Amino acid sequence: MRRERVPIIVAALAAIGAAFFILPLLGLVVRSPWGDAVKALTAPETIEALKLSLFASLSATAVGLVLGVPLAWVYARVEFPGRDVLRALTTLPMVLPPVVGGIALLLAFGRRGLFGSWLDTTFGITLPFTTAGVVMAETFVAMPFLILTVEAGLRSMDRRYEEAARTLGASRWRVFTRVTLPLIGPSLFAGAALCWARALGEFGATITFAGNFPGVTQTMPLAVYLQLETNQESSFILSLVLLLISLVVLIGLRDRWLGSA
Amino acid sequence: MRSRVSWFVVAAALLAACGSSPSTAASSPSPTPSPTLSGNISVFAAASLTASFTALGTSFQAANPGVTVKFNYAGTPTLVTQIEQGAPADVFASADTANMDKMTADGFTAGASLVFAHNQLEIVVAPGNPKGITGLADLAKSGVLYITEGPTVPAGKYALQALKAAGVTVTPKSLETSVTAVISKIELGEADAGIVYTTDVTAAGSKVAGVPIPAAQNVIATYPIVVLKGTTNAAAAYAFTSYVVSVTGQSTLTSFGFLPAT
Repeated sequence: MRRERVPIIVAALAAIGAAFFILPLLGLVVRSPWGDAVKALTAPETIEALKLSLFASLSATAVGLVLGVPLAWVYARVEFPGRDVLRALTTLPMVLPPVVGGIALLLAFGRRGLFGSWLDTTFGITLPFTTAGVVMAETFVAMPFLILTVEAGLRSMDRRYEEAARTLGASRWRVFTRVTLPLIGPSLFAGAALCWARALGEFGATITFAGNFPGVTQTMPLAVYLQLETNQESSFILSLVLLLISLVVLIGLRDRWLGSA
Repeated sequence: MRSRVSWFVVAAALLAACGSSPSTAASSPSPTPSPTLSGNISVFAAASLTASFTALGTSFQAANPGVTVKFNYAGTPTLVTQIEQGAPADVFASADTANMDKMTADGFTAGASLVFAHNQLEIVVAPGNPKGITGLADLAKSGVLYITEGPTVPAGKYALQALKAAGVTVTPKSLETSVTAVISKIELGEADAGIVYTTDVTAAGSKVAGVPIPAAQNVIATYPIVVLKGTTNAAAAYAFTSYVVSVTGQSTLTSFGFLPAT
């Protein structure tokens, strides 16, 4: 491929654009007290928040897979009126401010919410201020990433393999598990990883819907935010941990999410 | 530097002329508006001051038409973080003396802070008090969902002191980041009880109810205000702090349920 000469103005603007993203990261790296890193990372509050974050984000990803893959399949394979509207509604949290998502969750699943009041009076289940509430908030915000990625995978796969398997007598379930899922494997993996990374970073919906209590609802991003007020150095280190995880996920996914270069 | 010092002298002289020393609060008449005041000031105020300071800002602007007052309300420790990270603030109003002392020790304040109000704690519950809460001991009853502010928020720290004074041990369901967050969860019905300031219960009106805490268990919160070293409009900033401690300012604050500064 011929190397294109880059106009100087484009190069300059691109450099400023890149610096806009890189400088804040650099600030975090430079200002972090590396000497205290081990102490900050092994502090009981950190371990507690990290454990809760891992548990909640992995649970949100699992819920996302169980509910999101069927939804993606419906969007990709079934023609029905209002499909685009439904897709827009179910992927709205991607662009919605997460705090708004948290308020909406409270109004639906809170103790006095539309559905939550029924849950409370019938089963005595309340979701706010519980780890289940954290998982819900994270799923709400993160699952759309999985839905869209898997739908794109289903749309771009070659359906003739499915048809061939059907003509050879395989049941629909067998075709789905043995042909479809392996074919969309990369999209499935990419969708799940994006969903997990987004869930891990969730803040607004979580603090609004689930509150903040160490060991129950205080995830890593909440701990980072609160430690900024009490123990800044520690919050810098925790921010770096979240940053590294996100970076690893994005680099690992670059071919699948952005399309191979 | 010289102009900053001279502004402080002017402000101190103004206060002294009004018959009060800068380190205590005032029972002085409202300072006469200066026709030379202009520009913007940004006031960083504790979340529990939201309603009262918004009212003070409106009347201050009416008295000084050239000045625009902008407010940033948040939990006091959040404000301290923002100011220390360089947020452009002219005046800082804290909900406790500890955070104010921290600002002073770290060199962010210009001159001494003024105590402008006191506040006390109250238990906030849903209207009609459906859980029948009569005092701090009831917060530990089973079936009562209690939330409070985190221990770095002044109100959360005071709540811990009050519970200790009452000999009550209770684990909150959530450590919210400000009194306003606690109030909103009570309003939404997500929690049954919280400990907030009397003024917050007053401000929320009929949407919540308050259960008084006896004086022996209660904590009196002290609110200091200060002009910050980084101010770009010292004249207006000092005028605002003087206004808050003036008779007019004090009567506005007491109308919102605050206890007078002196």
